[in-house]
Amino acid sequence: MLILMAVFTFYPLINAFMISFYKDYMPLIGTRAAGLTLHNYVVIFNNQLFWKSVLNTFVLAFVSVPVSIIISLFISVSLKAIPKLKGFFQTVFFLPYVTNAIAVGMTFAVLFNKDYGLINACLNLFGITSIDWIGGTASWWAQMGALLTFTIWSSLAFKILVFTSGLENIDKQYYDAARIDSASKWTIFKRITVPLLSPLILYISITSLIGALKAYNSVIGLFGERLGGQPYSMITIVAFVYKYRADFAFMGFYSYAAAASIILFIITLIFSVLQTVVSRKRVHY
Amino acid sequence: MEIRMANLTKIFISKDKKEVHAVDHVDLTIPTGKLIGLLGPSGCGKSTTLYLIAGLLRQNEGKIFFDEDEVSEMPPEKRGIGLVFQNYALYPHMSVRENIVFPLQNLKVEKEEAKQRTYEMAELVGLQEMLDRKPKELSGGQQQRVAIARALVKKPRVLLLDEPLSNLDARLRLQTREEIKRIQRETGITTVFVTHDQEEAMSISDEIVVMKDGVIQQMGKPQDVYDHPQNLFVAKFLGNPQINVFDGEIKGGYVFVKDMKVIQTKLPDTSEIKVGIRPEGFNIDATKQSDLQFDVNLVETIGRDTTLIIDMSGEEGGLLDKTSFKVIVDAVHRIQSGDIVHFTIKPDKIHLFAPDGSLLK
Repeated sequence: MLILMAVFTFYPLINAFMISFYKDYMPLIGTRAAGLTLHNYVVIFNNQLFWKSVLNTFVLAFVSVPVSIIISLFISVSLKAIPKLKGFFQTVFFLPYVTNAIAVGMTFAVLFNKDYGLINACLNLFGITSIDWIGGTASWWAQMGALLTFTIWSSLAFKILVFTSGLENIDKQYYDAARIDSASKWTIFKRITVPLLSPLILYISITSLIGALKAYNSVIGLFGERLGGQPYSMITIVAFVYKYRADFAFMGFYSYAAAASIILFIITLIFSVLQTVVSRKRVHY
Repeated sequence: MEIRMANLTKIFISKDKKEVHAVDHVDLTIPTGKLIGLLGPSGCGKSTTLYLIAGLLRQNEGKIFFDEDEVSEMPPEKRGIGLVFQNYALYPHMSVRENIVFPLQNLKVEKEEAKQRTYEMAELVGLQEMLDRKPKELSGGQQQRVAIARALVKKPRVLLLDEPLSNLDARLRLQTREEIKRIQRETGITTVFVTHDQEEAMSISDEIVVMKDGVIQQMGKPQDVYDHPQNLFVAKFLGNPQINVFDGEIKGGYVFVKDMKVIQTKLPDTSEIKVGIRPEGFNIDATKQSDLQFDVNLVETIGRDTTLIIDMSGEEGGLLDKTSFKVIVDAVHRIQSGDIVHFTIKPDKIHLFAPDGSLLK
């Protein structure tokens, strides 16, 4: 197990770390070339496209994770209240998890189409004019809205699965006791269910955030290779890394990609640690 | 506050589609301000009855009244009851203080008053030093007292306890049952507790209700039920060591067991009866005149009492066809294993039953 981890996790990580410091690195030729430099990082920090990708990634991650956790919590609790239909709905809700992100993205692209998409058709029913969600004239807000909807929707499945199983493990007696203690349904949810689920909620929020910071498939799925209504308008950090990795015909670009990926690693690490520290007081084991 | 149950029935459907009458057309009135023990073997319906009173289970038939109010259709949160679960069900993520104050918060009691009442309850159960601990830091007995405090803090009309002592070790059980009695005396609240331990029920209850298979067998003051059991089941359930039951008959004004005259009786001749004699119901007949005599197998002397264990062979003969019964006598008699002892019976310690278990009068 340790060997597998060493080969597939530690080695690439350390390698990427080292590559990010190489000067004029050409991976195909493999030369260590001109030595070590911090210049790669400077280039990245000066790159406008990089900061755009950071903005997109952050908005995507920090909106989709909390929203999808809240929605999936409510769905899980609601499912508990309809034991007979629960099995059916669990299957339905789990389908996104087993489908291909690109395929789902393409479907969403159709839904969000300006002219014949279902979303705009519904909006029209309420008298709102059609919005360009993912086309050439789409605003950043519209694009982000579409991307967020897609991301949240597809991430619900796994969370619902985890929370549903977590809810099963809460002893029914706590609910009986709370009823006798005259607690309302909302009070029971807020002061019994959520605290007893808090270890799971923490786990989900850390892993979801890590996953969300790595967003790439969803952007490709929804927008295609163009990465946005306008080229690169929805670029994410990982997409940025791929762009520079692919251009390794140009000297040194590989190192830029490495640098950007190390930056992403550090961001992810910071937020994971932050969450763990903050959670000490609020997570009940 | 008086609890009255009329024709109360609860039916469960078992896995093989059979109907189980956990509570079977029960009529029961619990008098105000008393400590009542619901007693019976596992599966007799006592916990089910308790949960029906609480409202956590809904009855199939019958009604429940708290004083004059019918509560049969009321959800548990409206009935004004306090319930102590068998495993206490303390919220593990809340401190003792938060556990106790929780019901008051839900009832929108004003903060200062809630704080005051919480402290009073903690004092009542003797846990005022532990208010900021979490349940997992407390012993079983302490956890249970927190559960009691939480149940009582909202000044309920009735307190229900589901097997409150089962999860405690022997020493703690004795201590805690006295606590329960003291708390009930101090608050005067109508209290019903469920147990399968007859000694526990007998020791603290004002009245006990013996149940079997969803039906009430007998209700009354513990000593009355012990001295005057209305059927064989009740006679056997109460009393430690258990009452001795023999097959016998009545002939010519006498009760006979194995052709030995036991005692005089006014009952008519009956060919098959069950004779129940309490272990303490035997007197040693020093004159050796009485018909009732046995070979003593084993003698156990513990301080004040001597227990004689006597084997009686059955009808079929053979080594294993034996019932043994116990007699408790004063140690002063110095009886030894192998002695033949003659007995007379104390008339108030013998109970006669028909083969179906009903009392013969």
